[in-house]
Amino acid sequence: MAGAANTVEQLRSVTEGKYKYGFVTEIEEERAPKGLSEDTVRFIAAKKSEPEWLVAWRLKAFRHWLTMEEPSWALVHYPPIDYQEHYYYSAPKAKEGPKSLGEVDPELLKTYEKLGIPLREQEMLAGVAVDAVFDSVSVATTFKGKLEEVGIIFCSISEAVQKHPDLVRTYLGSVVPYSDNFFATLNSAVFTDGSFVYVPKGLRCPMELSTYFRINAAKTGQFERTLIIADKGSYVSYLEGCTAPMRDENQLHAAVVELVALDDAEIKYSTVQNWYPGDAEGKGGIYNFVTKRGACRGRNAKISWTQVETGSAITWKYPSCILEGDNSAGAFYSIAVTNNYQQADTGTKMIHLGRNTRSRIISKGISCGHGQNTYRGLVRMGHGAAGARNYSQCDSLLIGDKCGAHTVPYIESRNRTAKVEHEATTSKISEDQLFYCRQRGIPEEDAVALIVNGFCREVLQELPMEFAVEAQKLVGISLEGSVG
Amino acid sequence: MLEIRNLRVTVDGKPILKGIDLDINAGELHAIMGPNGSGKSTLAYVLAGREGYEVTEGTVRYKGRDLLAMSTEERAGEGLFLAFQYPVEIPGVSSTNFLKTALNAVRKYRGESELDAMQFLKLVRQKTKALGITDEMLKRAVNVGFSGGEKKRNEVLQMAVLEPTLAVLDETDSGLDIDALRIVADGVNALRSPARAMLVITHYQRLLSHIVPDRVHVLAHGRIARSGGKELALELEAKGYAEFVEAA
Repeated sequence: MAGAANTVEQLRSVTEGKYKYGFVTEIEEERAPKGLSEDTVRFIAAKKSEPEWLVAWRLKAFRHWLTMEEPSWALVHYPPIDYQEHYYYSAPKAKEGPKSLGEVDPELLKTYEKLGIPLREQEMLAGVAVDAVFDSVSVATTFKGKLEEVGIIFCSISEAVQKHPDLVRTYLGSVVPYSDNFFATLNSAVFTDGSFVYVPKGLRCPMELSTYFRINAAKTGQFERTLIIADKGSYVSYLEGCTAPMRDENQLHAAVVELVALDDAEIKYSTVQNWYPGDAEGKGGIYNFVTKRGACRGRNAKISWTQVETGSAITWKYPSCILEGDNSAGAFYSIAVTNNYQQADTGTKMIHLGRNTRSRIISKGISCGHGQNTYRGLVRMGHGAAGARNYSQCDSLLIGDKCGAHTVPYIESRNRTAKVEHEATTSKISEDQLFYCRQRGIPEEDAVALIVNGFCREVLQELPMEFAVEAQKLVGISLEGSVG
Repeated sequence: MLEIRNLRVTVDGKPILKGIDLDINAGELHAIMGPNGSGKSTLAYVLAGREGYEVTEGTVRYKGRDLLAMSTEERAGEGLFLAFQYPVEIPGVSSTNFLKTALNAVRKYRGESELDAMQFLKLVRQKTKALGITDEMLKRAVNVGFSGGEKKRNEVLQMAVLEPTLAVLDETDSGLDIDALRIVADGVNALRSPARAMLVITHYQRLLSHIVPDRVHVLAHGRIARSGGKELALELEAKGYAEFVEAA
């Protein structure tokens, strides 16, 4: 696997510096006028030649958004965001959309290569198909043809709107409605691109699907929208990765991800989030306000969210599962690292509606520097959730004495036969552990990374193999400077 | 190999070691015995470079170099190994992974190439057999849920894999039943070699009938009160430490 070796090499180069993804690509971009109005919404829709129903949906969302207030309940602090100071559409200029990888701007290919995501198929990680989203648009999708042969649709959501309008119209907004919350509603109005996946009945997707998000342009928000549908009896594993240049001003990222699993279908969704976290003084970094939700619509459906959150100045994110189908199962595995002045308020919602539904929550929060890390989660057992079970485990690890860890679990049960278990621990890396490692010759920073990776093991082992190694290193990198 | 001169150490301002002199040559095994609170573990920690121990006077030279000027991990790289009295638990990190990380860190320090997973497993398999350590035990997290005997065997395994030039064993016999004691002692004896020095810290004589020392020193009130051959250990077993405790 030359590709894998390459990726590891890339990561090695990363370990030697701080945030190596912080470069800017010099590329001519086309932007919407600054600010947010109905005209902006229409501009985006026109750029994508969208059908009337979608334009109407966007406008409905935008009008609703105007009536909403930014939520303030999360344990994160940031100056007010001026939504008129952002650009809502930015795309690399091209005469026409590239028809094949060969037509993609070489500057873009180079950018992704620098990020360790080669888009030329022969250089790809074996068995992983990639959709690359650069600012507001998808620039390339690999292995599309090969997947099409077996009937799997993997393309940008813009393309899906054109080519598979019925599927998009049926499912878009069916899990996260346009009126859901401030950031999701904003996304519904101005979403630009993202990935679309449809796996037909009874099919097991033969490779990992992956989307790589990159914010490049200054003062530009990224509002991607991802929709994944696993039809009856199908299976798909999907991974997203994200990076952004180092900029002094904060950038906005407000994505929506919707997952739909029908009878006996399974979706495994993994995230390695490494947006620019800001510098050591807390200047710059991405504001990451994301709504991710999956619906287990059918019997025995399964959805699992695995996330490794090491980037962003602010993370506000609660990947959730609505367990409608009887015997359906949801899982949330999370690692969130906050260093320097990063703040994370993250967790999940498990909404049990069907009988004998099961959910499992494993959350590992690591705080160092001045980082603040909050687990916020809701487990709700509805009237019909007879025999439902939940197990939650929230562990926090503190490194240093200026950081904070908070756990805010909400539990609601309306069914007497449902069972909910919650365990939580807070610990520190002990002097004994560090001395033990160092006595064996392991340098202090490596020792911290080793101990932290041990702390996260239950979550790391949920990641697809190829990415578990990367994630482990990433956790190590984001702890840099946390000791000594 | 190791030359300790007039070593004085305080912890939180309280003097613990009050002028230790000790020489250990390559190939020798010395035992330090003494009552509780005499400073035995402090000596082990100071040699290994643990923080919180202030050296107020004296020198320690190891292989001709100033040991006290080296960082903890440098000392390990230079071949100093401490078998802990209370081995530390590291949840989630498998014993195999820990040992491999440690071995490769030490090899890197010595300018040797790092071992890959296959080479490492081959090496470990050679070493585990004699110590009665199973693959299952290697897969478990470092010292988590290990019995007292398993923890000490694991320490000896680490020592066998890291092949130190100076091994300090801090009460490796504490908490062991007689069978476990024999396994651990056999493991230690197998590592004795003309190129390697060992310092065995113990409270009881019984370990020293399995690991026969070249020299025995009695540590009391932060000083070496008496030194002798292996027969000194037997004498202490018969008379106890009363003489040394009262002497102060």
